[in-house]
Amino acid sequence: MGNFLAIAHLRRKFAIQNFEKKTIMGINSSSIARKVAMALSGLFLVFFLAQHFTINLTSVFSPDTFNEWSHFMGTNRLVQALLQPILIFGVIFHFVMGFILEIKNRNARNVKYASYKGGANASWASRNMIISGIVVLAFLVLHFIDFWIPEINTKYIVGDMSGMHDGEFRYYHELQEKFVSPLRVGAYVLAFALLALHLWHGFASSFQSVGFNNKYSKALTKFAKVYAIVIPLGFIFIALFHHLNHNH
Amino acid sequence: MKLTLKIWRQKNATAKGSMQTYPIDGIDGDMSFLEMLDVLNTELIEKGEEPVVFDHDCREGICGACSLQINGEPHGPDRLVTTCQLHMRKFNDGDTIVIEPFRAKAFPVIKDLMVDRSAFDRIQQAGGYISVNTSGNTIDANAIPVEKEDADAAFNAATCIGCGACVAACKNASAMLFTSAKVSQYALLPQGRVEATRRVLNMVEQMDKEGFGNCTNTGACEVECPKGISLENIARMNREYLTASFKG
Amino acid sequence: MSVQDSKLPKGPLAEKWTKHKNEINLVNPANKRNIDVIVVGTGLAGGSAAATLAELGYNVKTFCYQDSPRRAHSIAAQGGINAAKNYQGDGDSTYRLFYDTIKGGDYRSREENVYRLAEVSANIIDQCVAQGVPFAREYGGLLDNRSFGGVLVSRTFYAKGQTGQQLLLGAYSAMNRQINRGKIQSYNRHEMLDLVVVGGKARGIIARDLVTGEIERHSAHAVVIATGGYGNVFFLSTNAMGSNVTASWKIHKRGAYFANPCYTQIHPTCIPVSGDHQSKLTLMSESLRNDGRIWVPKKKEDAIAIREGKKKPTELSEEERDYYLERRYPSFGNLVPRDVASRAAKERCDAGFGVNKTGEAVYLDFSSAIMRYGKEQAAIQKIENPSEEVIRGFGEKVVENKYGNLFQMYEKIVDENPYKTPMMIYPAVHYTMGGIWVDYNLQTTIPGCYAAGEANFSDHGANRLGASALMQGLADGYFVLPYTIGDYLSHDIRTGAISTDLPEFEEAEKNVRNQLEKLINNNGTKSVDHFHKRLGKIMWNQVGMARNEKGLTAAIAEIKSLREEFYKEVRVPGEMNEMNPELEKAMRVADFLELGELFAKDALHRNESCGGHFREEYQTEEGEALRDDENFMYVAAWEYKGEPSDAVLHKEHLEYDNIEVKTRSYK
Repeated sequence: MGNFLAIAHLRRKFAIQNFEKKTIMGINSSSIARKVAMALSGLFLVFFLAQHFTINLTSVFSPDTFNEWSHFMGTNRLVQALLQPILIFGVIFHFVMGFILEIKNRNARNVKYASYKGGANASWASRNMIISGIVVLAFLVLHFIDFWIPEINTKYIVGDMSGMHDGEFRYYHELQEKFVSPLRVGAYVLAFALLALHLWHGFASSFQSVGFNNKYSKALTKFAKVYAIVIPLGFIFIALFHHLNHNH
Repeated sequence: MKLTLKIWRQKNATAKGSMQTYPIDGIDGDMSFLEMLDVLNTELIEKGEEPVVFDHDCREGICGACSLQINGEPHGPDRLVTTCQLHMRKFNDGDTIVIEPFRAKAFPVIKDLMVDRSAFDRIQQAGGYISVNTSGNTIDANAIPVEKEDADAAFNAATCIGCGACVAACKNASAMLFTSAKVSQYALLPQGRVEATRRVLNMVEQMDKEGFGNCTNTGACEVECPKGISLENIARMNREYLTASFKG
Repeated sequence: MSVQDSKLPKGPLAEKWTKHKNEINLVNPANKRNIDVIVVGTGLAGGSAAATLAELGYNVKTFCYQDSPRRAHSIAAQGGINAAKNYQGDGDSTYRLFYDTIKGGDYRSREENVYRLAEVSANIIDQCVAQGVPFAREYGGLLDNRSFGGVLVSRTFYAKGQTGQQLLLGAYSAMNRQINRGKIQSYNRHEMLDLVVVGGKARGIIARDLVTGEIERHSAHAVVIATGGYGNVFFLSTNAMGSNVTASWKIHKRGAYFANPCYTQIHPTCIPVSGDHQSKLTLMSESLRNDGRIWVPKKKEDAIAIREGKKKPTELSEEERDYYLERRYPSFGNLVPRDVASRAAKERCDAGFGVNKTGEAVYLDFSSAIMRYGKEQAAIQKIENPSEEVIRGFGEKVVENKYGNLFQMYEKIVDENPYKTPMMIYPAVHYTMGGIWVDYNLQTTIPGCYAAGEANFSDHGANRLGASALMQGLADGYFVLPYTIGDYLSHDIRTGAISTDLPEFEEAEKNVRNQLEKLINNNGTKSVDHFHKRLGKIMWNQVGMARNEKGLTAAIAEIKSLREEFYKEVRVPGEMNEMNPELEKAMRVADFLELGELFAKDALHRNESCGGHFREEYQTEEGEALRDDENFMYVAAWEYKGEPSDAVLHKEHLEYDNIEVKTRSYK
């Protein structure tokens, strides 16, 4: 009888272990799972960034297109009810995970070096993802205050889903307004410069994280690095464009 | 050559350590770094002081015993060498050299510059082998041909000497390069495929348990590795791990 | 006096091992669980033995002074491992490997042991491949071979210049599997400091935990010593800094005979000594002699000009170079056995043709190989009339593929590019063929105490062939010892666990404590290294590559007085109960100071030249070794009687029934 119980106990133990193994992709369960999660959420944000950039870019040459697309994104149910929460989750996940990783990584070296030559073997961008990340996060907070909160307020609290103001779409106008202040534009430029650094390391190395390192990696890395420069530069260009145009 | 050495001295694992300064003279460029420390130790012994304790054994760059963080880099400023093969001609007269133990929570200091790297052994014990009996009743060595490229890649991964420079260099004190080298060696060989799933899950689990940090793809490990173990191995391990997790 | 029973099986040579295995006693699997075995040393021999014994079911405890078994010095073996696989179809066979080994050993090894070694060699390769050892392969996916000194076939398996590393990591992985199963308990950073003999049988060891300094007692039903060779008695050698004779010496003091201590291998291709600060010597694999040609200048003036830095070796034309190995030994050329190559280098340097500042170096030149391979490659790539530059480029690539890591190592140490200017090499102490005397079962003269790998004397006679050390270590550990030890342990199935409270443990521990205390409390002024270096100088100058009666007699006296001085003058800082590398060294050097004397005594008594033992009084007119088979065809096994000078000689006469004893010739 005792034996029987012991066996039952062992079975249960194995079952639990198996369960733990099975849910290994449970985000915090292993260093590699965390790393992959970081890469995937990052890649998702990279994709979102491209989409955001495309819409913003239309503002440079066609305020109407910009207004239409903005209205569509702002009022489409699928976008608002499904994609928006996913995006918010992605952003929060990426940040929370980033912080968890940073804390864990700091703990992995409890006594610091008196002399540590990080620059000898790794790029600044790769070693300081937390700094570039925090700057981007701060910018996002500003961005939320600037755009997202008023937007939510107008649409869901006030209940005005028309997207109109004084008889025309309000989006382009609002965009222009935001780029009047040189301070804000300065913050914008700085944030995107750091985003470029963040992407410079993050985008290229996400392929490595998901296990992709072969003869195509070189080309892919190049693409990622170009992306890391071009997209943030593009955002900066848009900001400067509106800033300078408005002043005229 | 005349040098100033700043060396970490710590009586034992629980004692508090500190950096101590030692001037040294008469150093020849043909000496290895460890022979320079031998000179210092002989002086200390003759003065009635305790010599500096550090790990070393083969002194030909293959056993992996020697370590040392020299001027902020594991195994010093030269590339593809261990400390025992680092020669003093890489330094200049009048230099100050900072010498510290490899720092990681998973590598506690035993004394002075000597650390406990048994965590590496435990990672290997968790699955770094092929479960074949050693009594010799196996198939002929040429019964399973292995593609030369795979055999060479497996060999390159297998040349890891387990010195821990990857951990010491990594800002996160991550042991991914070490672990992935072993996982790769076996993953690339038909003999090792059989247990690939179990192996990678168990080894990564043990690696995490030991308290190493997470990989953030800075690539410092690859640069500092005295044997030039490639980052590709980490990508391969990530891949193996993902596949194994879905199978698991 | 004749030595004890060697337990050599009767019958035809080729059937002896099989017959022996069939006849020895086995231990039932259930009983193995009740038997403990201690393995000291975790290199190729110890690691493979521990893994296999654990796999068979014994409870194994391993001990090594390193922080991990993976760091044992087997890891530094570069060139390869021999096996009579005949994959190349060049006429290799078990017999031929046996023949080459006996001949290479200058007819001073046991036929039975060597034949067994050749027999199991093929199995080692199968075993290692199954374990995932990544040997070099050809494009067809099959294993590649290269050739080594002293043989006319290609039977050496290799993994670039890191074969020892790969094989050791293979054995280490096999150990890890057993550690994970709980069958091996590994005590790393532990050093064995005495053997415990109870009722005439080896029953345990006394070990010191090198981290805490604690003295520990460990009991077992059998003890295996696999602690390697004692080349560090020369201070400068290619051995690891920690390699030592202590375990072997301690069992010798407890009754194990020490055989042929004077048989030392001086490896011909090492990086020359650069100065007094030197702590160790670095080997360049013998495989380099496959493609490198060894030479010195023909004219003394050129040698002098080179030494003074007035001339470069590349400026000397072919006619001005003396490829002395090719000249003296046309049939084996640069691939003569190690002892022959070493002596030839010494002969040239002594005659004033040496090429570095100290006059103790010869060239190892790859330029012909680079051009030869380059032309081959150019032809393969269908390049017509390639320029010398192009050929050289191709050739360097090929050479880099074969020996890249060695060339890199050379460049790091010497600060010269060996692709452009010839390497400088000089012989250095590398391996000791002598060691603990063992019978056919690898048992020492102490029942229950075994010796495996370089620690024993058994297979290489007076000279070891290249790529045979790895073979012997793994043969002993994987395939011989695990069988033969069962014969002894079969009588121990009812013994039960052995208490460490026995008075014999008490006595041994006290003995160890006394030695440690004596050293730590000594109020001397000189470091341990000071004495070790002086011992090394005596050994190298008088007991090294060329020995004579006068020098040996003097060396014996000098070592004895150095030993006395050591105990008076040595200073060991620190304490006993802590990590204390100086104390570890002191204990090891104390043993070297005894062994060194026995070593010289053995060399003095052997009035002949054979293999690595070269007595200047006994040479042919051409300067080749002159054996005396009539009087010295025996193993000299020394019994400890207090002082090394009191050691008693026991002779094990060697008989050759399957091979004709000839003068070794590589001409």
